[in-house]
Amino acid sequence: MNANQYADKPDAFTLGPLEEGSACCDPQPVIQVRNLSLLYDGKTALDKVTLDIYKGCITALIGPSGCGKTSFLSAINRLTDLIPGCRVTGEILVNNRDIHHPDMHVQSLRRQVGMVFQKPTPFPLSIRRNLSLPLNEHGITNKTEVAAIIGQVLRDVGLWDEVHDRLDASALSLSGGQQQRLCIARALALEPQILLMDEPCSALDPLASGVVEDLICRLRGRYTIVIVTHNLAQARRIANYAAFFWVSGRAGQLIEFGRCQHIFESPSHELTAAYVNGVRG
Amino acid sequence: MREITNIHTRQILRDRVVQLLVYAAVLLISMVFIWILADLVRGGIAHLSWEFLMESPRDAGRTGGIASILVSTLLILLTALLTAVPVAWTTAILLVEFVPADSPFGKTVRFSLHVLAGVPSIVFGLFGNAFFCIYLGLGFSILSGGLTLACMLLPILTSTAEAGLRAVPHAYRTSASALGLTRTAALVHLILPAAAPVLAAGLLLGIGRALAETAALLFTSGYVERMPDSLLDSGRALALHIFDLSMNVPGGDMPAYASALVLVGLLLCINTLAMKFAYGLQHRKIMT
Repeated sequence: MNANQYADKPDAFTLGPLEEGSACCDPQPVIQVRNLSLLYDGKTALDKVTLDIYKGCITALIGPSGCGKTSFLSAINRLTDLIPGCRVTGEILVNNRDIHHPDMHVQSLRRQVGMVFQKPTPFPLSIRRNLSLPLNEHGITNKTEVAAIIGQVLRDVGLWDEVHDRLDASALSLSGGQQQRLCIARALALEPQILLMDEPCSALDPLASGVVEDLICRLRGRYTIVIVTHNLAQARRIANYAAFFWVSGRAGQLIEFGRCQHIFESPSHELTAAYVNGVRG
Repeated sequence: MREITNIHTRQILRDRVVQLLVYAAVLLISMVFIWILADLVRGGIAHLSWEFLMESPRDAGRTGGIASILVSTLLILLTALLTAVPVAWTTAILLVEFVPADSPFGKTVRFSLHVLAGVPSIVFGLFGNAFFCIYLGLGFSILSGGLTLACMLLPILTSTAEAGLRAVPHAYRTSASALGLTRTAALVHLILPAAAPVLAAGLLLGIGRALAETAALLFTSGYVERMPDSLLDSGRALALHIFDLSMNVPGGDMPAYASALVLVGLLLCINTLAMKFAYGLQHRKIMT
């Protein structure tokens, strides 16, 4: 395979393919994960993960099913709090603040760290209300301001031209790809710094998947993105960094983390090599 | 080749038989309802008139109407619903949203509701008589009857509301949390509106049960057929009136038929209204 195939990523934050050149930005950790373990009913699902997520970059989490990628993702915005019997140990710093600190307000953490799920999850409300409800709940109630934000985020995700004349229609009337972009818009409306994406394209058809993928690329730089994907080609196309997880015993582990190009082309670990070459996993 | 055709024919035949059985069952159920309704209309329509609805019963109900009975029934119903619905629905919300599904607390509450649902209504009547009428000193009154009915309605209202809330996709809760919404916000703006049709259906079942209740009211709201002055006055419910006319009053068959027709008509109306209401609520939530 031609190594330069991925060299022409469109923007300045591309670190992956530029292994040999100088890095275009100073990698600045925005999420620091230290010794993170995750237990469901006492059984370890994720074992001592230590990892930095860099600002403005796309970090892809890859690995087979059940290796704890999604658990890792939900630990970052403390969505794991909602799962009965789930215990998280270790430390996660977002902007140098411990997210498990008693002073940490979980609602504001989740505002700062947005999340998009595998299946599009629009609320059974109008398109407008889907976007205004979270804003209202976070204290943004001025109608002009809300309308401006709605227009802005819908343009950001490329939905404005498709829906601007039917904002009061039910969000459920949108197609799958449009619903997913609406969910991304809904997360963006809260002006997060970080966006967690759990296989955002896997429930979509190839065309819609391509549109969402392009959108994710456009968000690079403005947002720090952590994306779980089973699509290795996609990870390779869009990510700057990649983290490879594997199940050993029954617990997920982080095997290797590094620049995307490094993980895909010259991985240090033989498991990584076997996985990215399609030999295992 | 012939064997394959044979198997095919047999499969088609089996299909037909199953279809036939299903249709027969549906027909049977509809027939029971239609038969009851037809019998009520046949026996009661002649006696039914505006005066019948607007006048109080005279001569133990043989003549006159059912105005006071209707008022008593509605007052009992209102008392029961206003007491039971808030308690039942908040319990359901607690069970679904705030307590893990398999917690000992949840299990205990659910178990007691199941037992409560199986208790015969006459037992509720005796309990209501002992507790509300005598112990709390409310006497034979609409209040006693309503509160007794409320106890009876708790299981059905709670379990339908719980089922309705559980049927709301879990993704709504997770996405709401991921957007930094509080549990209360998610509950008010997303989960309750989504569950509204089921809540309304449960309410209907409850109203149906309450309107049809006889035994529990016999010992609590009493037997007096005149117009009630207050909630502390005794009042006779419609179902009880029908029971009394057909069992204890010779020559009371016609008004009994007419009263039964009114009761069934009332149930149909409430049914339709509540369905419309639930639909409207859901629709409005989608549109705003």
